[in-house]
Amino acid sequence: MNDVTWFYNEDEAKKYSQNSRMIEIQTQMSERAVELLNLPEGEPCFLLDVGCGSGLSGDYLSEEGHYWVGIDISTAMLDVALDREVGGDLLHGDMGQGMPFRPGTFDGCISISALQWLCNADKRTHSPPKRLYTFFSTLYSSLSRGSRAVFQLYPENSEQVELITTQAMRAGFSGGMVVDYPNSSKAKKFFLCLFAGVTGVLPKGLGSETADQSVANQVQFSGQRSRFKNMKGKSVKKGRDWILEKKERRRRQGREVRADTKYTGRQRRPHF
Amino acid sequence: MKLLTHNMLTSHVKGVTKGYPLLIKATEVKVNDVEFNPQFVSRMIPKLEWSALIQAAEELGHRQDLPEELLPEYEKNEEFLKRVHRVLLEVEVIEGCLKCPESGREFPISRGIPNMLLNEDEV
Repeated sequence: MNDVTWFYNEDEAKKYSQNSRMIEIQTQMSERAVELLNLPEGEPCFLLDVGCGSGLSGDYLSEEGHYWVGIDISTAMLDVALDREVGGDLLHGDMGQGMPFRPGTFDGCISISALQWLCNADKRTHSPPKRLYTFFSTLYSSLSRGSRAVFQLYPENSEQVELITTQAMRAGFSGGMVVDYPNSSKAKKFFLCLFAGVTGVLPKGLGSETADQSVANQVQFSGQRSRFKNMKGKSVKKGRDWILEKKERRRRQGREVRADTKYTGRQRRPHF
Repeated sequence: MKLLTHNMLTSHVKGVTKGYPLLIKATEVKVNDVEFNPQFVSRMIPKLEWSALIQAAEELGHRQDLPEELLPEYEKNEEFLKRVHRVLLEVEVIEGCLKCPESGREFPISRGIPNMLLNEDEV
């Protein structure tokens, strides 16, 4: 018994099948996650749902005509999924122990509110960075090249986000965090979008653009003379005002900054 | 557990290099009705380990006369796709266990859910 299975017990699991507000939020997040997956239109895909729980996210996948396999550690939640007769296939497993699938199996992976659990160490032998790395590296191999993995998560702090993203990058993923409604405390949602292998727009062929590309290796003519012309409102570099502004900026970023005193920005005494 | 999932599952016990295909020991098998989607089935066929699928279907007694070798031009053969669909998505193992061919480790299946949890020393 660990934290996750303790949290998602029978009572909590019941909520996921009865509480209509919870169902609505889960479905909304799944919708957004599938949108971010950017699957080919009109094609039924084979997807992985990590932390599928009672299968609410899976229901949305089935609705969209996709086939899915769900994996979860909580038996109580899986029981609810069985009772609801979800369309996908279910597995009982721990994401921190790795994904037991053949390479290139899935066309994509979604996970709703599950990834943050990997940051907890429930047992003395658990090491969150190691478990995250095991998870991401096995997930990377089980995805087909060019597919995506989208995780909705509730990170506790910025260190957690950093830990998760660095482990994902180490495993070979590219991508990053997408924050929906960053200015609203309630509607704010974090989605970690990871790309396995090549994704993105195909580069344009040479000669298809207009003439200005052909002179890209020449310096462009510019009528600009002054170095400080477009530095409107900014102070001259290395001056006292510049230093004060920079310190203020770093304070806003939440970094540790020395207090401003009369000595700030003064030159040191000469040494012989 | 559907045979499609079985075809993708490997054993992830520490020290096992291949761990595929998992052997099925079934005590209860059910056949459900699942809507037939020829597009999905023909998309999945190149991803399958055909021999592992045939072996698994044989073990469960639901081979549906599938050939040892994959047919050429299966995309147009709807009759063939229907049989593959039945094996892949409709046949389900409810009770039994999966056995890793390398380490001999058994993963129990109960109520259709394989338990892939490992012990501390197997990670």
